[in-house]
Amino acid sequence: MEHHLILRVITKILIAPIILFAFYVQFHGDFSPGGGFQAGIIMAVAFILYGLVFGLRQCKSVLPDWLVHRIMALGVLLYAGTGVAGLIAGGNFLDYSVLAQNPITGQHNGILIIELGVGVTVAAVMISIFYAFAGRPPRISDEDW
Amino acid sequence: MLATFAPLSGFLLHLPILQVIIPLITAPIVVVIGIARIGWLLAFLASIASLVVSYLLLMQVIDGSVISYQIGGWAPPLGIEYRVDAANAFVLLILSVISTVVLPYAKTSVEKEIRAGSQTLFYTAYLLCFTGLLGVVITGDAFNVFVFLEISSLSTYVLVAMGAERDKRALTAAFDYLVMGTIGATFFVIGIGLLYMMTGTLNIVDLASRLEPLSGNRTVQAAFAFIVVGIGLKLAIYPLHLWLPNAYTYAPSAVTSFLAATATKVAIYVLLRFMFSVFAPEFSLASGALQYIILPFGVIAMFAASIVAVFQADLKRTLAYSSVAQIGYMLLGIGYFSNTGLSATMIQLFNHAVTKAALFMAVGALVYRTGTSFIPKLAGLGRQMPWTSAAIVAGGLSLIGIPTTVGFISKWVLLTGALEKDWWWMAILIVASSLIAVIYIWQVVEVLYLKEPENETVVKEAPLSMLLPIWTLIIASFYFGLDTELTLTSARAAADAFIGAVSPIAGASQ
Repeated sequence: MEHHLILRVITKILIAPIILFAFYVQFHGDFSPGGGFQAGIIMAVAFILYGLVFGLRQCKSVLPDWLVHRIMALGVLLYAGTGVAGLIAGGNFLDYSVLAQNPITGQHNGILIIELGVGVTVAAVMISIFYAFAGRPPRISDEDW
Repeated sequence: MLATFAPLSGFLLHLPILQVIIPLITAPIVVVIGIARIGWLLAFLASIASLVVSYLLLMQVIDGSVISYQIGGWAPPLGIEYRVDAANAFVLLILSVISTVVLPYAKTSVEKEIRAGSQTLFYTAYLLCFTGLLGVVITGDAFNVFVFLEISSLSTYVLVAMGAERDKRALTAAFDYLVMGTIGATFFVIGIGLLYMMTGTLNIVDLASRLEPLSGNRTVQAAFAFIVVGIGLKLAIYPLHLWLPNAYTYAPSAVTSFLAATATKVAIYVLLRFMFSVFAPEFSLASGALQYIILPFGVIAMFAASIVAVFQADLKRTLAYSSVAQIGYMLLGIGYFSNTGLSATMIQLFNHAVTKAALFMAVGALVYRTGTSFIPKLAGLGRQMPWTSAAIVAGGLSLIGIPTTVGFISKWVLLTGALEKDWWWMAILIVASSLIAVIYIWQVVEVLYLKEPENETVVKEAPLSMLLPIWTLIIASFYFGLDTELTLTSARAAADAFIGAVSPIAGASQ
């Protein structure tokens, strides 16, 4: 796609706002529509768009497979770890109220971290699915388009 | 006293959730570390920890008490509840025992059968599958059962597909299983949805009490049908078993051993839970299903699957069909609808898990050395791999149900249950179907011991790391065939947890 100058420039302009929007959906999710799942998808879209326009190889040099797999796992750990933190703090598994002095603050923090875990994992899974599909057939050269 | 050991008592309070989250948390840690050797070690440690937890749980509930754990501190029926009684504590123990024995075996077998780059992911998928199975058993929330069922199923599809390294047919086997399993899961969740529509609750105890006045309701009956068929697919009840032989044949050996011993057992547990705990036993359709579906199909499975097993050329496939037949015995026990019948089912869960895991591991050891489980190619291996072959014979004896093996105990309890009801013809059927097992086991013995080796290549005995787990289970299958104290007590307690000490309901008997 090297000769599609407009696509490439627009993509570069778009990626930053997409990521910013993902963060907004992520962290404003408990006050407005949104949350970890939606934010994760939007975050992944930024990378998928980059991969579509600049090629899979370019995209993998930014975010290699092994990193995606580990990010995926870290998201799950973040989620489960919050649950365990509740256990250690004296509550039941996934009991957020004990995470801070004030139960309301605790619940607020709890859901924020949980949603972050969801977002991170969803983004990594989406990117991984994209890699799996895009990496399967032999690469089509630019002349074949 | 307790106050001084506050951390310990706190630990004991959280046992139900630890049972599930220990393997759940270990799974992503294995991915993050990304070294197969350490991944195996972590999986093994998690499995041992689960074993300890499940043993402690069983000791707490074997007297008939119930532990309830509220996730996130939300009280049931609104919140998700983990509920441990004698029935599911027993199944949890079976799961963790099998996992702990299979994992040391898996290390050697996986190193050979699975590509180096995928080994950490293998252990992750294995742990997730283990988590899902534990979760299905321990949860007291109907929808949560579905969620865990999917966790275990999805990871199982991956595990089966990993057999593609050895045989490409693993991919189609995994795909078949994926399609059938998804249909099963969808039926199950449709059933749950209908129940939720009628009662507005998902908690199993709450569901049971709210369903009582609704037993004649058409929607509830439809829900019951969907749930039974959905679980029936997972369980491989005879006509719904078609995914099983291929999946077991082409999956990596360690996976087959683990799944054969656990996955269908968990499905049996879910079936029992829904038939006896959610739908009251008096529920007209439930007793009808027992009489006209579970019992006849159990008997058909005992014969049809055993006969099919006789004609298989692949040893793994023979054993897979034999599993379908053994599931028939479990269904038979459920179909009796008596305390003895359910005890027979529960003890058969344990006994068949031990026997079949040992057999599949032994066959895996043959595959490890010879690269095939095609029966004619195994000719003469009895002399070259004496320990592995002896294990296959010993496991086979237990499948047939020779006295002093666990297989005998389950059949004995089944026979007792049949005679309690004066179903002498059933007793004859049980013995007759065991005789078919003699045929397919004898075929294998004949090939292993009485035929000359096809080619002169010398095959070495399987490595010790494989023989030890195999023989642990073989010895267990003889030990528990002689000393039935622990297993029978647990099985009885489990049966009591389902239908209590009530006498069989008149409607279900002849």
